[in-house]
Amino acid sequence: MILVKTRNLLKCYPMGLRKLTALKDINLEFQRGEFCGLIGPSGSGKTTLLNIIGSLDVPSQGSVTVLDKKIEELSHVEAARLRRNHIGFIFQTYNLLLLYTAYENVEFPLLLIEMPEAKRKKKVMDALDWLGIADKADSRPAQLSGGESQRVAVARAIVKLPQLVLADEPTANLDAENSFNILEMMVKLNREINTTFIFATHDEKVIRYLRRKIHLVDGQVVKDEIVNQERGNPCRH
Amino acid sequence: MPALRLAYRNVVGKGLRTWLNVAVLSLAYVLIIWHQGIFIGMLRHGSQAMIDYEVGGGQYWHRNYDPLDILSYDDAHGRIPAELSELISKGKATPILIRQAAIYPEARLHSVLLKGIDLSQTVLKIPSHHLKNDKEALPVLIGKRMAKRIAMKIDDYITIRWRDAKGTFDALEGKIVAIMDTPATAVDKGQLWVPLEALQKMVQLENEATLIVVGRDVVSIQDLPEWKFKEPDFLMRDIIEMVRGKRVGAAILYAVLLFLAMLAIFDTQVLAIFNRRKEIGTLMALGMSRGSVILLFTLEGAMNGILAMAVGAIYGIPLLVFTAQRGITLPEVTEEFGFAIPPKLFPFYSVGLIVGTVFIVSLTVTIVSFLPTRRILKMKPTDALRGKMS
Repeated sequence: MILVKTRNLLKCYPMGLRKLTALKDINLEFQRGEFCGLIGPSGSGKTTLLNIIGSLDVPSQGSVTVLDKKIEELSHVEAARLRRNHIGFIFQTYNLLLLYTAYENVEFPLLLIEMPEAKRKKKVMDALDWLGIADKADSRPAQLSGGESQRVAVARAIVKLPQLVLADEPTANLDAENSFNILEMMVKLNREINTTFIFATHDEKVIRYLRRKIHLVDGQVVKDEIVNQERGNPCRH
Repeated sequence: MPALRLAYRNVVGKGLRTWLNVAVLSLAYVLIIWHQGIFIGMLRHGSQAMIDYEVGGGQYWHRNYDPLDILSYDDAHGRIPAELSELISKGKATPILIRQAAIYPEARLHSVLLKGIDLSQTVLKIPSHHLKNDKEALPVLIGKRMAKRIAMKIDDYITIRWRDAKGTFDALEGKIVAIMDTPATAVDKGQLWVPLEALQKMVQLENEATLIVVGRDVVSIQDLPEWKFKEPDFLMRDIIEMVRGKRVGAAILYAVLLFLAMLAIFDTQVLAIFNRRKEIGTLMALGMSRGSVILLFTLEGAMNGILAMAVGAIYGIPLLVFTAQRGITLPEVTEEFGFAIPPKLFPFYSVGLIVGTVFIVSLTVTIVSFLPTRRILKMKPTDALRGKMS
């Protein structure tokens, strides 16, 4: 089942009198349950593509369809509804809500979809348990380590069991051990609930886990490869 | 409603910043109500004092009487009409005869008004019963301001000179039998109150009066051929206008306090939007629409107003009740204000004042909370996530 489809995607930004082309001629399809990444150096357009797929931005030209919805045709409210119901985000800098406890941060997406309290509480505690941070439920982000913060962010992204999780450099601020733990959990999630993960990364630690690698250079896809289940055995797509 | 719940979390989570805002706002609530209460109390007290001591339920004026034209007083008298005699005999009206006179305290000439009043009247609070008990001299009742001005005390004698109805000068000794402490300066300054019958005889105007004050319980009132009825509102128009004038000053202070409260909220909101750009981006990424984020920020601001109301009630209610019950002692200089001001002013806080102030301040706070959030409408989620303003 195709979850995300881009057709002749072009994204330009005004740069003074000129236009900066961030993405050009992107034609990709992402199937449900994929664990894939957009790989490339800084400025290659990874985050821009991730933002457009996540309906945080719109294409300048071309078309992007996410869960049968054309991103370029969505109103702000419809885009927000799509994100609220079907997409989870994980950011490099965690982006936790500083005034909230870990529990409240994870609870936040469920509040937005107005889930009943009893069900919400169970889901939040399950997510925190699953990520091994149930004992930190009452801690505020300032009291958490980087690894713990990112686990809270992952819990927040997956608590509503979204069909699509978009992770922008999720391990960039983590040490090797925390990166490993986080990635193992994401792989487990992907396997157990079949959530589609799309990463934007240039971190080797992440790249080794990807089953599909899309290489971007200067806003264009230069290579799209599927890696065999056994790690480190890439093959051309 | 998630926005309400989230706004509450944010407001509580901000801790000291919230309480500082709330403190400023609550001060605005309490000061506005307190200050307005003082002016309403002043108006109520002034009006009540005038009604009690001067106006009653209205006055019948002789057609020649013009209180602003002192030369009219000589001709402003007439026989008490039969229609009002019945009211007077029932104690529901009282006649007053006004004549010009001169007194000579400490060998200085002072022009005064001689006012004759019935000894047994109860229509006005003027303690006319004191005028009963002296046969050796004309009993005279004066106010404390008048006593101070002419340096007289009880049992002092004073020479009074007047002209009777035919223009003949006459004089006699008066004895101060009582000094009344009245907030109504209009029955105090420059006036000597004497028994009505005695004054009628002195000026040869027996059974005549200048004006007739009716009681507040008299309802069926109509003009008579020689006498025009003046409503209490007409008689108190000066004090109403004066207090209205003073309320302009109060309104300016009201506006200043409201402006300070608005400034606190506006400033907080502008800073919050600037400081919380990344959070706004995150909220959008998590699925909040721009409208929801605006609602969230507006509710946060409005909640400051509600919290301020609660905090203001905690220290404001005891303060307002205390001042309303104990009154505020005024300096002596207020005696010169020209209308009835008591030595202690009792503020009056009506339900309308409290509800109106709370409504206006809350509405203003909500609007002011909303205005800066319109910037969010222009924010792109991707810029906000990077901490940029679009």
